[in-house]
Amino acid sequence: MTEEPILKVQEVTKTFGGIIALNRVSFDVHEGEILGIIGPNGSGKTTVVNCITGFIKASSGRIFYRGKDITGKAPHKIADMGVTRTFQVMRPFYTLPAYKNLVIPLFSPRAKRTGGWRGGGKLGDRNTVSIDILEEIGFERDSFVPYKITSALPTGYLKRLELARCLALKPDLIICDEIFSGLSMSEIASMVPLIERLQMDGITLIMIEHRLRELFRVANRIMVLNFGEKLIEGTSEEIMADERVKEAYFGSENVEEVMDHA
Amino acid sequence: MKVNTERRRERIDRGIKIRTDGIYAMMSWRELCYLSAPRLVLIAGMLILPLVMPGMYWQRVITITCIYALLALSFDFLAHFVGLVCLGGAFFVGIGGYMAAILNTSFGLPPLLTIPLATVIGAGVCTLLLLPCLPLRGVYFAIVSLMYPLFAARVIEAFDIFGGTDGILGIDSFSNQWVEQYFVIGVTLLFLFGIRRLVNMDIGLVFRGVKDNDQAIKASGMDITRIKAMAVFIASAMGCLSGACLVHIYMWSGISQFALDFSILPIAATVIGGGGTLVGPIIGCLILVPISELLRDFGTLRIVFYSIILVGFIVFRSEGIMVYGQRKYHQFERWRKV
Repeated sequence: MTEEPILKVQEVTKTFGGIIALNRVSFDVHEGEILGIIGPNGSGKTTVVNCITGFIKASSGRIFYRGKDITGKAPHKIADMGVTRTFQVMRPFYTLPAYKNLVIPLFSPRAKRTGGWRGGGKLGDRNTVSIDILEEIGFERDSFVPYKITSALPTGYLKRLELARCLALKPDLIICDEIFSGLSMSEIASMVPLIERLQMDGITLIMIEHRLRELFRVANRIMVLNFGEKLIEGTSEEIMADERVKEAYFGSENVEEVMDHA
Repeated sequence: MKVNTERRRERIDRGIKIRTDGIYAMMSWRELCYLSAPRLVLIAGMLILPLVMPGMYWQRVITITCIYALLALSFDFLAHFVGLVCLGGAFFVGIGGYMAAILNTSFGLPPLLTIPLATVIGAGVCTLLLLPCLPLRGVYFAIVSLMYPLFAARVIEAFDIFGGTDGILGIDSFSNQWVEQYFVIGVTLLFLFGIRRLVNMDIGLVFRGVKDNDQAIKASGMDITRIKAMAVFIASAMGCLSGACLVHIYMWSGISQFALDFSILPIAATVIGGGGTLVGPIIGCLILVPISELLRDFGTLRIVFYSIILVGFIVFRSEGIMVYGQRKYHQFERWRKV
């Protein structure tokens, strides 16, 4: 591909004390694609997300978004540029009704700029837009679900709410941190078309997942992390065929062999 | 102790509460009264208070009560709606007080101008000075904000600025006792209902979001420090306003305005009245300040009795008067078999 990648991660390293969470990880994300990131537990997937979105500062290396250096910028500034994320541990505003959760992102400078919230009327404008976004993401408009208090919603809806919070900002890039985990098969089945539609709308996605089958269905490219290092990057077939990936996931009889590869 | 396992208490919203939730409240007088009676009782009660007080002394107590009420309101707003436990109430009072005193004595402005100016400029100054501490959370912010009034008092004392330990004398008073009382009562009610409105607006949701879930606010593309600064501006404006009123009432401004009473008593009032209800702290002040005056007869034992009353409230009504009252008003309880 010749075009400039939307996100360019260069040699990012993150250490927590003596532990190397990420070791010189580099990858590109191109406009409109879905990049999947997989890896065993503790392989640094969430750390990658945190580094890109500014929630933690990378120890070294650079991250470029549309050619602009965003390394070490504050999270709200990165979100303001259009890079949004969901949290693995969902962080909705539990005490509010579901639709009021979106009033908060709609209050942000980016939502005002991008027209997620079209100013004007005093009464309920943001509320109306919130309900619209929630309908898009699978909350039935005419049911009581969008009006329910958030703490009473099941996990499936909370995951959707996380995604809706990103959508309220009219993002260019969404990073989904394990959006399928904890969902039932039917919930996942209804989530997959949603992801596909986001891609059709021109949104670039990075998806961190443990549910490989669903991920392989939607993702254009997969990257595998193990012990904070990038093992391989490629299509799902290439990944499945790779020996090192199998070892990372299923373990190897010979521990030294794994260490050599890692 | 025998635990009753057969029965449990069940709380159910009163029918009238549910009927008055939406626009249907307009349908009957009974529902309208149910909604507006508590508010009207509070407003009418506050307005009548100065008239029924015996003598100047108790009228002055009411004024001071309102000043504490403003501070308690500011504490409650910051602590329960923005998540900043601010022990710097005295700092706001002191800054507002000195600001009004200087504007009055050095620039010759009348109280009508010094009070609003001291409120706005004072709030700006307080916000700027607190800005470096805003990324702190929880107990760390509480401790740092407690340092501010102590620090300011020492600076004024050590450098002998603004009249040093003598303070600033010869400040104009309000034109008469009635203006003074009704002005203070008026602004207290104004801010009470204003803040209530504010926390239910969209910006209020953002404030509450900062308290519950600041990571999600960051991920929503909003600068937490900026939002906190806005909240501190609003809260310190209330504090500065009460300080400015105070110096015009006492016609004197001194380092005792940085005394910790102004930080601590509003917190006690919030505990007694019920945190997070906004009106609770005001009711707490209406109880605590007059009690502390009544206890003056006991001389040095005053603090002992005062503490006993406080402990009693915390042990027996730890949720606060207002939370308890609201529950009784909106819900009924009954025993049911498990």
